[in-house]
Amino acid sequence: MEWETVIGLEIHAQLATRSKIFSGSATAYGADPNTQANLVDLGYPGVLPVLNGAAVRMAVRFGLATGAKIARRSIFARKNYFYPDLPKGYQISQYERPVVEDGSLDVMLEDGTRKTIGITRAHLEEDAGKSLHEDFHGLSGIDLNRAGTPLLEIVSEPDMRSAREAVAYMKKIHTLVRYLEICDGNMQEGSFRCDANVSVRPKGQAEFGTRAEIKNLNSFRYVERAINYEVDRQIELITGGGKVVQETRLYDPDIGETRPMRSKEEANDYRYFPDPDLLPLAIDEAVIESVRASLPELPDAKAARFMREHELSDYDAGVLTASREMANFYETVVKKLGGHPKLAANWVMGEFSGALNRESLETAQSRIDADALAGLLTRIVDNTISGKIAKEVFESMWLEGASADAIIEAKGLKQITDTSRIETAIDEVMANNPGQLAEYRSGKDKLFGFFVGQVMKATQGKANPAQLNELLKRKLAG
Amino acid sequence: MSLHTLTVAELAAGLKARRFSSLDLTLHFLGRIERLAPELNAFVTITADRALADARAADEKIARGDAGPLTGVPIAHKDIFCTDGIRTTCSSRMLADFVAPYDATVVERWRAAGTVLLGKTNMDEFAMGSSNETSFFGPVKNPWDLQRVPGGSSGGSAAAVAACLAPAASGTDTGGSIRQPAALTSLTGIKPTYGRVSRYGMIAFASSLDQAGVLTRSAEDAALLLQAMSGHDLRDSTCVDAPVPDYVAELATPLKGLRIGLLREFFDKGLDPQVEKRVRDAIDVLRQEGATVTEVSLPSLPLSVPTYYVVAPAECSSNLSRFDGVRFGHRCENPRDLLDLYMRSRGEGFGAEVKRRIMTGTYVLSAGYYDAYYLQAQKVRALIAADFARAFGAVDVLIGPTAPTAAFELGAKTSDPITMYLNDIYTIGANLAGLPAISIPCGFASEGGKELPVGLQLVGPHFGESRLLSVSHQYQLLTEWHRRVPPGYE
Amino acid sequence: MSLTRSQVEGIAHLARLEITEAQMPVYVDSLSRIIDFVEQLAAADTAGVEPMAHPLADQTQRLRLDAVTETDQREKYQRNAPSVAAGLYLVPKVIE
Repeated sequence: MEWETVIGLEIHAQLATRSKIFSGSATAYGADPNTQANLVDLGYPGVLPVLNGAAVRMAVRFGLATGAKIARRSIFARKNYFYPDLPKGYQISQYERPVVEDGSLDVMLEDGTRKTIGITRAHLEEDAGKSLHEDFHGLSGIDLNRAGTPLLEIVSEPDMRSAREAVAYMKKIHTLVRYLEICDGNMQEGSFRCDANVSVRPKGQAEFGTRAEIKNLNSFRYVERAINYEVDRQIELITGGGKVVQETRLYDPDIGETRPMRSKEEANDYRYFPDPDLLPLAIDEAVIESVRASLPELPDAKAARFMREHELSDYDAGVLTASREMANFYETVVKKLGGHPKLAANWVMGEFSGALNRESLETAQSRIDADALAGLLTRIVDNTISGKIAKEVFESMWLEGASADAIIEAKGLKQITDTSRIETAIDEVMANNPGQLAEYRSGKDKLFGFFVGQVMKATQGKANPAQLNELLKRKLAG
Repeated sequence: MSLHTLTVAELAAGLKARRFSSLDLTLHFLGRIERLAPELNAFVTITADRALADARAADEKIARGDAGPLTGVPIAHKDIFCTDGIRTTCSSRMLADFVAPYDATVVERWRAAGTVLLGKTNMDEFAMGSSNETSFFGPVKNPWDLQRVPGGSSGGSAAAVAACLAPAASGTDTGGSIRQPAALTSLTGIKPTYGRVSRYGMIAFASSLDQAGVLTRSAEDAALLLQAMSGHDLRDSTCVDAPVPDYVAELATPLKGLRIGLLREFFDKGLDPQVEKRVRDAIDVLRQEGATVTEVSLPSLPLSVPTYYVVAPAECSSNLSRFDGVRFGHRCENPRDLLDLYMRSRGEGFGAEVKRRIMTGTYVLSAGYYDAYYLQAQKVRALIAADFARAFGAVDVLIGPTAPTAAFELGAKTSDPITMYLNDIYTIGANLAGLPAISIPCGFASEGGKELPVGLQLVGPHFGESRLLSVSHQYQLLTEWHRRVPPGYE
Repeated sequence: MSLTRSQVEGIAHLARLEITEAQMPVYVDSLSRIIDFVEQLAAADTAGVEPMAHPLADQTQRLRLDAVTETDQREKYQRNAPSVAAGLYLVPKVIE
C-alpha cells in the first residue's frame, strides 16, 4: 500500500507592534510577570477592547505580499473556552470574515523545484497568557503579560505532501514576515509558532484521512521530526486495523514522539459569534494602496533580481535572500566591491554565514560589517592575497575586529606575485625532490599537486596560485 | 417643600443661591438613607466618607464661583458601575467583595461635573431581572408599597430616588431596566440611543443592548444628568463620536405639531385596563396641546421578547466567562483541580437567574443550534429595527405604556421565568433597535388599596433624546404626577 | 421544546457551572420553558435578511494609535486576586 501524506500548517506570528492589539500595554518580551497586563488584558469587569491600527496594517502587508484578497469589511468574533491563561474566557479572533483570504506562496524545495502553497486565510487575533508549571506546591502560576499581544494566524491549504515541504513553507513564511517587518520571527521567545495538521491517505484516494493537530512546534527541526513521527504513527495505526482520532497532540522533543494533549482532549465547542464590543473593520482602497506603496522588495523579487543582475544561480539567490539583512549585507558588499557578485556570494554564504552560525548570531550582530568584508574581497580581486590566505585574514578580522589591510600588513600575508621569486622557489623544490621530479616527468601527473604543495609550503602559502601553476607547469615540463 | 423632594434643577439653583450648602444637602440625604434605606434595601454600599469629601470639595468650588450646573448635587450609582476604590458588586455573590480599581466613564463624568456620591444601589444580579428580586443582597422594596417590587434591574436606584433618598441615580437599561422601574415607582427614566453613553466601566450584561441612563424626578433633571454623562469615549469602540446637543436648552420645544405614533402592538390583551386608561389619558393631554396621534403598527414587534431572550443570554454567557475565580471575584474553597475551581466558583458565585441565562446563551450559541437560534434572532432583530425605522418616517415619537401592569407583589412572578420576562414586553424593542426611550409618570392605578404608579413610554429615532426630553418636560409642565411622593417618604 | 437532563448537564459543563443533583430538575424545567418560548422565532420569515449584530448599522471600528500608554500597576490590580505568588496568579495545576 502506498501512502500519501497531507499537511496543512497554522502559523501564529506575533505582530511586532509596540502595544497590544486591544489595549495600550507594552508587548516587550521578558518583563516581570503581570507588569504588562492592564485592566483590558486582565479581562476586568467593565473593560472594552480598542483595535490597534498598526496590527491591521501589518495584516494588510502580509495579505498584499502573498497576493491575497484584503477584506473590505472583516469581523472580530469571540472564541469561547475556559483556560486560566485566557482571562476573558474567550479569545477575540476572526472567524467567518477574516481580514485576509486566498493568498499563496512559492516555495523552493530541496531538489530545486518550486511548489505553490495556498494560503487559505490570515486573520488577526489576541494571544493568551502563559502558564508556568514550575512548582508552586502543585499549583500553576499564570502570567498575563502576553495576553493581548497581536497575532496573525496564517492558515495554509493542506497542500504539503511531506515534512520537508512543510518546513520549506514554514521557512518561507518566516523569511517573509521578517522582510515585511511585521514579526521578528524569534521562535525561542515564542514570536513564531506553528501547529501542523497531519493526515495520511492511500495514494490515489480523493478524500482526506482524519487529521491530527500537533501544536506549538517552535523550531524547524521539531516540525520536521514531529510530522515524520506522526505520519509513521498514523500509517502504523491504520495498517494495524485502527482509526486515526481527530485530536490535538503535543510533540515531545526528548523522546521524539507526539502524544495526545490531555487538557484539550474533549471536543471544544467554541460557540463563535461576532464580538459585540467591536465594530466591523473597514479597510478601503486608500489604506490598501498606502500599504502597498510601503512594501519592501520581497524575497522572490529580490532573488529574481539577483539572478538577473548578478547572474547568481537560483539556489544561491535563494540562500542569500533568506533574510533581508543577509540580502542587504550581500548587496552592500557587491556595491563596495564594484562587482564580482559570485565572489561576494560565495564568501557571504560560506565563511561569513559559517562564522555567524558558529556563534548563533544574526546578520545584524555580525562582528564584521559589509564594508570590512568588501575590503577583504577587494584584496583577493587585486591579487594582494590568495583566496586561501583570505580565509586566514577573515578569521583574524572576526576575532580582532581589525581591517583586512591592517592584518595583511601586520602578518605579512601579501601574496608573492614576483615571478622571479616564485621561480626561485620552484627551482629549489625541484632540486630538493629529484625522485618525484623523475616520476612526474615519466608520466605520473598526479604529482603536480605535490609540487604545488611544496612550493606553497616554501612560500608560507603566499605564492599566487595562478602564477605558480603556470610557472610550475613550464618548469616541470622541462 | 423639604430639601429631599426638590428636583436636581431646584437643588442646583438652591446651591447656587447659597440657600444651602452641598454639605447640608449631603448630610440630609445621608440621614434619610440611614433611616429609610434599610426597609427598602435600596443600597448595597453607602459611601458616607466619600460623600462628605465630595460635598466639601463642591462647596469650595461653589464659593470660588467655579460651579457647573451639577456641582454639589448628591447622586447614587447603580452598583454595576465601577467606582475606583469602592466596592462594586453587581448585587452578586461573585463580586461581593470586589473593589473596583477604576472609575467607569459615567462615574468619571458625573464626578467631574461635581456631583456627590451617596452610595451604590442594589440591583438585580448582573442586571438580569425585572423586579430586583434576584439580588444576592435581597430584594428591593417599592416605596409605594413595601410588599411590591420596584421593578428591575435598576430597582435600587428607582427605590432610592422615588423615596427621596437621592435626587437622582444612574441606571442601566438592556431590556427595560431603567424605564420599567421608573414606571413602577413614578420616576422619569431615560435610556439613550445605543452608543450615546460610554459603556466603559459598566459591567457588561449584553453588550449590544446595554446602555447607561438616568432615573430622576423630572425630565429637566434627566436632561441635565444625561448631558453630563453623554459623549464620545475612546475607550469604548461602540460609543459614537457625535456632538451632544444641549438637552436643557431644547426642553422648551413646544408640543404643537408633534406627530405621535400610537403603537398598536403595545395595546394588547396583556395590558392592564387601569394602566391603559392612564396612558390614553396622557396621550389626550398631548393631543390637546396640538400633537397629532396616528396608529402605527410594527408587525415584528411581538417577537421582540423571544428575540431578546436569545441575544441577551448569548452575549451574557460570554461576558460572564471572565468570572472564573482566578484574578478577582468569588473563589470556592479548596478547589480540587482546575475544573473544580471553575465549576464551584461559578456555581456558588452566580444566582439562579444568572445561571439560567448563561446556560440559555451557551445553548443558543452551541454547535448545531447557532443558526436556528442566535442567527435567526439577529435576523428578526433586523426586522424589528426596520419596522421602527419605517415608523419614524411618518411620526416623531412612538407612544405607549412602559409596563403591562403596575408594580406586582414580591414573589408573584418568580415561579416561571417567562412570566417575569414578559414584563419587558414593551421596553425590549427599543433596546434591540438601539433607540432612545423614556418613561414618565402619568398617573396611578388602584390595587389592594394602594395607589401604584403608571408609566408612559416614548420611543424616539436614533439620537432623538432631545425630543423625548422636551415632550416629557412639556407634559410635566401640564401635569403633577411626577411631583407625587410615596406616603411616608415626604 | 424540552431539553433533556443530559443536554442540560452538557450545557452546564460547557459553561462551567456546577448544578447540584437537587437543582438539576429545576433547571431542566426552566431552561426547557425558555427554549420552548424562543422557539417562536423559527416561524419568522427571515429569508434574505442580514443579521443585525450592532444597532449602529453604518459604523465601523475606530483604529487606535500604536503607542504604549499603560504603566505597571500590578500591585493595585492584584489586590482583588484570590491567590497570588511572585506576581503570578495561582490556580490548580494546569495539565497539558
